[in-house]
Amino acid sequence: MSFTFRHLLGTEALTRDEITFLLEQSRAFQGIQQQPLKKLATLRGKSAVLAFFETSTRTRISFTTAAARLGADTMNLQAESSSTQKGESLVDTVRTLEAMKPDVIVIRHAASGAPHFVAKRLGIPVINAGDGLHEHPTQGLLDALTISDRLGRLDDLNVTIVGDIRHSRVARSNIHLLSKFGCRITLCGPAMWLPPEMAGMAPNLRIEPRLDEALRGANVVMVLRVQTERLREPSLPAEEYIRLYQMTPARLALARADAMLMHPGPMIRGLEIDPAVADSPQSCVLEQVTNGVAVRMAILYLLTATAPGGAAAQAG
Amino acid sequence: MPTREKTQLLSAAQTGRTIERLGHEIVEKTGEAHGIALIGIRRRGVPLAHRLAGTVRSATGAEVPIGVLDITLYRDDLSLVSAHPIVQSTEIPFSVDGRDLILVDDVLFTGRTVRAAINGLFDLGRPRRVQLCVLMDRGHRELPIEAAYVGRRVETQSNEVVEVHLKEIDGDDRVLLMERLS
Repeated sequence: MSFTFRHLLGTEALTRDEITFLLEQSRAFQGIQQQPLKKLATLRGKSAVLAFFETSTRTRISFTTAAARLGADTMNLQAESSSTQKGESLVDTVRTLEAMKPDVIVIRHAASGAPHFVAKRLGIPVINAGDGLHEHPTQGLLDALTISDRLGRLDDLNVTIVGDIRHSRVARSNIHLLSKFGCRITLCGPAMWLPPEMAGMAPNLRIEPRLDEALRGANVVMVLRVQTERLREPSLPAEEYIRLYQMTPARLALARADAMLMHPGPMIRGLEIDPAVADSPQSCVLEQVTNGVAVRMAILYLLTATAPGGAAAQAG
Repeated sequence: MPTREKTQLLSAAQTGRTIERLGHEIVEKTGEAHGIALIGIRRRGVPLAHRLAGTVRSATGAEVPIGVLDITLYRDDLSLVSAHPIVQSTEIPFSVDGRDLILVDDVLFTGRTVRAAINGLFDLGRPRRVQLCVLMDRGHRELPIEAAYVGRRVETQSNEVVEVHLKEIDGDDRVLLMERLS
């Protein structure tokens, strides 16, 4: 089966078949990470603009690596140095970037919906690299790839997501994606980070503030990053978060014996995760990073390799 | 694009015999297939490589390693086509360094697929030698590429298509000459 993708804006709008197809395509790119010579010429002459209006290290490096492995060039825009600081509107900034004739734009923005807004106004494919509290679709896809690699399937799993659910676009992209495969998702965290309205996001979604309860029977445990600045609030000091929600070996033991532990990074040892858990054989954190490059290669390939008006493919 | 059958080039029996003969040629010309590996180009090169290895096995007892190569990412026409050619994995479970490789494909036409395959192989290492084995050679080369092992050469027109059917993929063995209707 083949699909035509114009943009990648979120996992919510993707069908189960489309996700399966994207993961299949990503698998083909996993092999390239193992080759002695990892550089392809597939996207030679193409260029990608990485427009990061919000700071990012790992996602930007992952996209840069993915583009480089395919032979594409990248142009970087970083929030600190950009003209948005000087008052330019988002639409003017991206139109300026588009006028430099890139083939795709990868955008991260603090405003939810910014990539959708941009996609409506530009003539090139847009990839959402994280928008506000909304979605981070390549993270959702790389998590799904990592799960299906480890557990051999995506269907009907018990997935527990722990931490700052409210502010997490990673959680939202994962909920949209995994619920399409019949996964039972449990959200757990302090009440202030657990909006009750999220229970309506997907069928079989449960909100469980008690961590021990949330972990029982889980096939997958996703620990989210905790932003320390949010823990300065008097309502929940860091010591209290550590006591109640830190993922420790004893807590992880409540999940299934073969449960996998995931974290989107950056991971703060000693805060949301005990170092013994981070380094345990159940931890898939580095597999997630490796798979991130494969997923982003697949997306860049699918969105830019072929010409929209070209001829039908023919072998020679 | 719609096509119409013009003629049958090889029957089931002829297809089987031709592949068998190619296997024996490989045994002869490579000194009992010593140190060689077969690399099937997806898709129909893969079952062909397995059949060639079967012939080599029954003739010499030697087990020839088989790899699978997907050339999609090395195609030179990606920016000219509209649909996304599906990328599949390359599975070569041995080192190609210093090895004698025989690329296997069903039809040799422009030579561009083979060019892509050679590029793909060299990203995996440095083979000692690369040769080519094809079931059908239909001419119209656009690159200086020739096969060391050829099942059958046919004269074709540019609006014709040589269609290879193999049991493993298509349910039957035969080779047809098709004509494009447009």
